[in-house]
Amino acid sequence: MSVDKETVRKVARLARIAVPEDRLQPLAGELSGILNWIEQLNEVDVEGVDAMASTVDVGLPMRPDTTATGPTGGGQPDRVVSNAPKTEDHFFVVPKVVE
Amino acid sequence: MSSAVDLSLAELRDALKAKKVSSREATDAYLARIDKAGALNAYVTVTAEKARAMADASDAKLAKGEGGPLEGAPLGIKDLFCTEGVQSTAGSRMLKGFLPPYESTVTSQLWRDGAVMLGKLNMDEFAMGSSNETSYFGNVVNPWRRTDGGNADLTPGGSSGGSSAATAARLCAAATGTDTGGSIRQPASVTGTVGVKPTYGRCSRWGIVAFASSLDQAGPIARDVRDCAIMLKSMAGHDPKDSTSIDRPVPDYEAAVGASVKGLKIGVPREYRLDGMPSEIEELWAKGVDWLRDAGCEILDISLPLTKYALPVYYIVAPAEASSNLARYDGVRYGHRASEFKDIKSLYENTRAEGFGDEVKRRILIGTYVLSAGYYDAYYLRAQKVRKRIFDEFVDAFTKVDLILTPSTPSAAFGLGEKSDDPVQMYLNDVFTVTGNLAGLPGGSVPAGLDGQGLPLGLQLLARPFDEETLFKGMAAIEKAAGPQGRPTDWWTS
Repeated sequence: MSVDKETVRKVARLARIAVPEDRLQPLAGELSGILNWIEQLNEVDVEGVDAMASTVDVGLPMRPDTTATGPTGGGQPDRVVSNAPKTEDHFFVVPKVVE
Repeated sequence: MSSAVDLSLAELRDALKAKKVSSREATDAYLARIDKAGALNAYVTVTAEKARAMADASDAKLAKGEGGPLEGAPLGIKDLFCTEGVQSTAGSRMLKGFLPPYESTVTSQLWRDGAVMLGKLNMDEFAMGSSNETSYFGNVVNPWRRTDGGNADLTPGGSSGGSSAATAARLCAAATGTDTGGSIRQPASVTGTVGVKPTYGRCSRWGIVAFASSLDQAGPIARDVRDCAIMLKSMAGHDPKDSTSIDRPVPDYEAAVGASVKGLKIGVPREYRLDGMPSEIEELWAKGVDWLRDAGCEILDISLPLTKYALPVYYIVAPAEASSNLARYDGVRYGHRASEFKDIKSLYENTRAEGFGDEVKRRILIGTYVLSAGYYDAYYLRAQKVRKRIFDEFVDAFTKVDLILTPSTPSAAFGLGEKSDDPVQMYLNDVFTVTGNLAGLPGGSVPAGLDGQGLPLGLQLLARPFDEETLFKGMAAIEKAAGPQGRPTDWWTS
């Protein structure tokens, strides 16, 4: 299936990637090329087949409902924000969201 | 003795234990080589100071007769593994300067066992690529060159191209890699190295930058099969921090290397014979069949009719998972942030436009599209169903055979820039390896010969889930029959 310029614009908006106007058409061509190649899956009979999300045939493991220690534990705000581009008092700083 | 860098990992381990060489000597020798190998661009970050400190600590242990199974061995780490306090970029501008406050489970197990970190290895951006041409930090160059005298720069494969190039060029004793569609086995094949992707769930994914979570697996790239077995023993194991990690004992894989393959049933799938495949690859495959037959294996023709659909399934499932995983790069919590924006939305959009390269954007857009309302059933759900049928085909095949033998790649290393114009042509590099990821099977590539231009070619074996021991047995049998394949000259040091 071919995608057009407007579809690329919509998908890029959903993916939160700014795409300049002059790149929309070339991208539509590239994505159509890939999607057309993928279309061959329509030849496969999947009637009654279960969808497979993972090859690991186990349920999600349970763990005790306690606070973790170590790198996944709490109480380490310095480390949590250590790579943030902009912080203030252990908060992430973003442009104003609510007017 | 010859330089420490000429020793295999197993030989180095034994020489360290016997105090014939110190870890510091070996580490310094590797660092000196890395220093002169800038032309290969295999390392993004060299951690010389840390390496020397780790080596000295290992020497202190070795002096007392102590130390783990990898004590003092200098390794390279793919830059997809988070290493505490050491820049971990995933080959992306998005993570340039990112200093993880934690260590991935796989690397922490390597350090637990005494290994020394030389640095972080270059790779395709977010592991998306088959030629190491999508890295923000530049192409990696294959240490092998064609014998035609043209000296064209060739691809080291991808996405673990820094790992394969560094291993082939003796810039580390062995390296870690990750494999989502062939990213360990394909680069190993085109650099004359050995690469193993274990069963999905065998190595913890915790602390490895996520690409496609249902397909990603860590594994080693090393100079020979034994070295891969040694590496995997340390890398593998259950980790409660990865809910798909499997809790079962890690066998002594090294013990399987050299064990008899007599009586093993080897499947040869006819669908892996492609139109237009170079005759050298076909001939090598036939040789592999002969070698295993001569070693006492029983050869069986098998059929895996859905093979041709594996790549299209992959290019729905992997981008879908990637588009979800990479949503975290928002310019707020870590990573790149655009300097120009007018509100929160343009902060996200500009950050992601700047931080991601073209191939990553392409895959995020494909993934977003196939998951979007109205297309989910037609693409993503259908792909998951075809994946199940491919999985079932392998389950059925493995009721009849113990291992499946295929070529690793449809061609030898190609020139950098030769295939970068057409994404689909590039994707076809993984045609033989991607099935192993979709079905979660362990697989490995072993060097089996050189083509007419003197470039390495590999053969791949696939095994039943969690039967890495049989995989290593078979790989070692091929390695032994193929004999030494030589190594590239150090042209890059000039």
